[in-house]
Amino acid sequence: MDIRADGLTAASAEAAATGSPPAVAAVGVTKRFAGGVVANDRVSFEARRGEVHALLGENGAGKTTLCNILTGMYRPDEGEVRVDGKPIRLHSPHEAQAAGIFMVHQHLSLVDSLTVAENIVLGWSRQGGLGFSSRTVEAEIDEIASRYQMAVDPRARIWQLSLGERQRVDILKALYRGASILILDEPTTVLTPSEIEQLFSSVREMVAGGRTVIFISHKLPEVFAIANRTTILRRGRSMSTLEIGETDARQLARLMVGHEMALDVPRRASTEAAAPAAEPRPVLELDAVSVQGDFGTQALREVSLTVRAGEVLGIAGVSGNGQRELAEVIAGLRPATGGAIRVDGEKLVSGDARDAIRRGVAYIPEDRMGTGVSPNLSVAENLILKSYRHDSPHAGPVLLMRQAEAQATALMARFDIRAPGPRTLVRQLSGGNVQKVVLARELSSDPRLVVAASPTRGLDVGATEYVRSVLLDAARRGAGVLLISEDLDEIIELSNRIAVLYGGRVVGVMDSADATYEHLGMLMAGAAS
Amino acid sequence: MISIERSLVTPRWQRIALPIASLAIAAILAGIVLAASGHDPLATYQQIYEASFTSTGALTATFIYATPLLFTGLCVALAFRMRVWNIGGEGQLYMGAVGAAGVGLALGGWPQPLLIAMMMVGGAVAGTLWAMIPGLLRAYLHTNEILTSLMLNYVAGLLMYYLIYDSASFWRDTTSASALVFPQGKYLLPAADWPGIVIGSFTLPFGFAAGIVLAVLLLALIRFTRFGFEMRVMGDSPAAATYAGMSTRRKIVTVMALSGGLAGLGGASQIGDFGHVLDPRGLQQAGYGYTGIVVAALALYNPLAVVIVSILIGALTNAGFALQGPLFPIGLVGTMEGIILFSVLGGEFLGRYRIRFGRAPAPAIAADEESGIP
Repeated sequence: MDIRADGLTAASAEAAATGSPPAVAAVGVTKRFAGGVVANDRVSFEARRGEVHALLGENGAGKTTLCNILTGMYRPDEGEVRVDGKPIRLHSPHEAQAAGIFMVHQHLSLVDSLTVAENIVLGWSRQGGLGFSSRTVEAEIDEIASRYQMAVDPRARIWQLSLGERQRVDILKALYRGASILILDEPTTVLTPSEIEQLFSSVREMVAGGRTVIFISHKLPEVFAIANRTTILRRGRSMSTLEIGETDARQLARLMVGHEMALDVPRRASTEAAAPAAEPRPVLELDAVSVQGDFGTQALREVSLTVRAGEVLGIAGVSGNGQRELAEVIAGLRPATGGAIRVDGEKLVSGDARDAIRRGVAYIPEDRMGTGVSPNLSVAENLILKSYRHDSPHAGPVLLMRQAEAQATALMARFDIRAPGPRTLVRQLSGGNVQKVVLARELSSDPRLVVAASPTRGLDVGATEYVRSVLLDAARRGAGVLLISEDLDEIIELSNRIAVLYGGRVVGVMDSADATYEHLGMLMAGAAS
Repeated sequence: MISIERSLVTPRWQRIALPIASLAIAAILAGIVLAASGHDPLATYQQIYEASFTSTGALTATFIYATPLLFTGLCVALAFRMRVWNIGGEGQLYMGAVGAAGVGLALGGWPQPLLIAMMMVGGAVAGTLWAMIPGLLRAYLHTNEILTSLMLNYVAGLLMYYLIYDSASFWRDTTSASALVFPQGKYLLPAADWPGIVIGSFTLPFGFAAGIVLAVLLLALIRFTRFGFEMRVMGDSPAAATYAGMSTRRKIVTVMALSGGLAGLGGASQIGDFGHVLDPRGLQQAGYGYTGIVVAALALYNPLAVVIVSILIGALTNAGFALQGPLFPIGLVGTMEGIILFSVLGGEFLGRYRIRFGRAPAPAIAADEESGIP
């Protein structure tokens, strides 16, 4: 693009579309993290004045890292950020804000006990003066709020507001402080459908006034509803930038999840011998299960699923679409608001983890260090975390640690847990070994059902292979396995059947052999009917 | 740029060396304070040592101060182990004293062993019930137990005052001549005196001996039982405890109850071992419940270490009273206690964290989606 200095002054929405430099641009941005992860690999994109530019990509595609670079949170290892065509070095969010770049994060940063107006001016002082007239500020906020149809009472305290209203406050804060480039990080996850509509009309108002909105999302319908152009990121690279009017869901989905080696992924359904003639009986049945999320939103909506003995059912989907709640409701860690869950034909007590454990539900949680283990306890103690209650050596009030340690030594050998001994504290182990402790505990009890949530996330290649083989082995021995993962390769490689979650609903179930990346990608992005 | 980060591994030697080094630093810091206030630090330490341990009757006096601290220290150590912040040991001790005095007065004619046992039960039950109020509120209504247990200290203190000064209660002496001049509690009969264990010139209070037994039992409870296992898991990782199907609510109530029972026993010991009368003013001025928090913290919440620390703090308190006078103001003892606490907890913090100089490897905001990758 031709960058002309004279375009800097009179930049209107029309002019932006034609000749003036983009409002903000990333040019060849590379960001590496410790451990060799390249979160952004020569990413380039530019957003024009007066447009909604969507950044589209799966989890881990590099969207958030890119935005953290645009807002001065990270510094790029290579490449540069340009604002209005001029290279700019941002050393802090403050400098980015001075350049007009603001970001509204998924996790809002508001002080609960202060009013809307106080939150908006908190830590912000206009040139000159420490004074703060709440009446003036409130009037100004009212003015901005009504211009962008974001009704909120400036005198209300944050704790009194709904999540959608709180988000509005965060956006108002950016506008009040003079944002010309506003980055919205997955803003619709916490909103109800009508709130989403409201947000979109506010966003349209903003870009009509010449601002730039960068809209991070993985949901295609929203991108089609609001964006003018979109840049697709995949595995840290910018794939391409497209005009929304000139593309379709199929193309975007392919760019988002497409995989160069799709044909090389070994598929279990085809590589393993066919299942026995008789249909194995179901170990897990979900019958129209509904669950509330952490913020009172509907996280699962009437989900029905079946996992049969010896089968791996993969749950594909972008995280935040109900996966965590699905795993937790089956494990009894979250009550169901409707429907029934049956294990081996018997109904589970809703929200009773002990009942689930008793009926043979093993759960490998996503947050292995925070939930899966008690980090300051020993390996042996973590291995009896669930069995101490009913296993014979521990039936009385006294725990027989010597027996537990002997058992632990055997399990450490069987599950290849590399630790100096059973008394080693779990927090001293590497991630892979922590996961092996979880696996050893969950799978050594011969469970009926294994719920595995992102079981290989963050593990090295060897540990990943090991975890996968242990899961397949559990299925081979007759357990049902529910595998929740954001890694499509993993889902396709391990599963017999695949179900896709989107917006808390199962939007498709298919045999793994019939699955294509493109089809899965469309389902995951909510683009399939 | 200076940043503080968690160090993951604590070497074993550090667990021993840290408190010792911290105490040494505390001695140096307190020495500076002493020197600045015109005392010779070494001579003062010598005096303190003598007044605490070697002078005539000093050791016995030290244990008189150590006994209530042992109980309130155990009370706090148990609760804080599970991250239940019971700072109501003070009020639970008052209630224990009320309970034990009431039982001792009511059952005055009973044979001594039975009477002592019933006083202990009375004190423990009263402390337990008092602690269960914040326990139940925390478990079922999610109120902050720090606030509720703290506020209940004042309620218990005023209740004690009411019983002795503002009412003709069962606890109040309304007959003797001196009580007509100034309100006071009824004295218990000699049968209700707890017998000390006499070793030469030294008398070990019965309560302290009982406290040592309890400390051992408590350690065994925490280390070797299912109950203690659940406590440790909940204290370390509430999410893991829920995940393993442990019932957190019931455990919170139970631990609060046990914790309050220990403080209540401390109150019973105040009546049986030392006071033989419910003395609201004396109990409230001593502030054993609050000092118990210091004791437990210095002992790093280990019950056996609480025994040792209670003796040390008891010794310091005793020395403070013994040396008290124009040359050695009582405030100096409090200052030294504060310096010791500050040094030990500071040392503990530095042991758990490392201070890094230079740029932090990644900003704190890194908790976004991409950081899920190693």
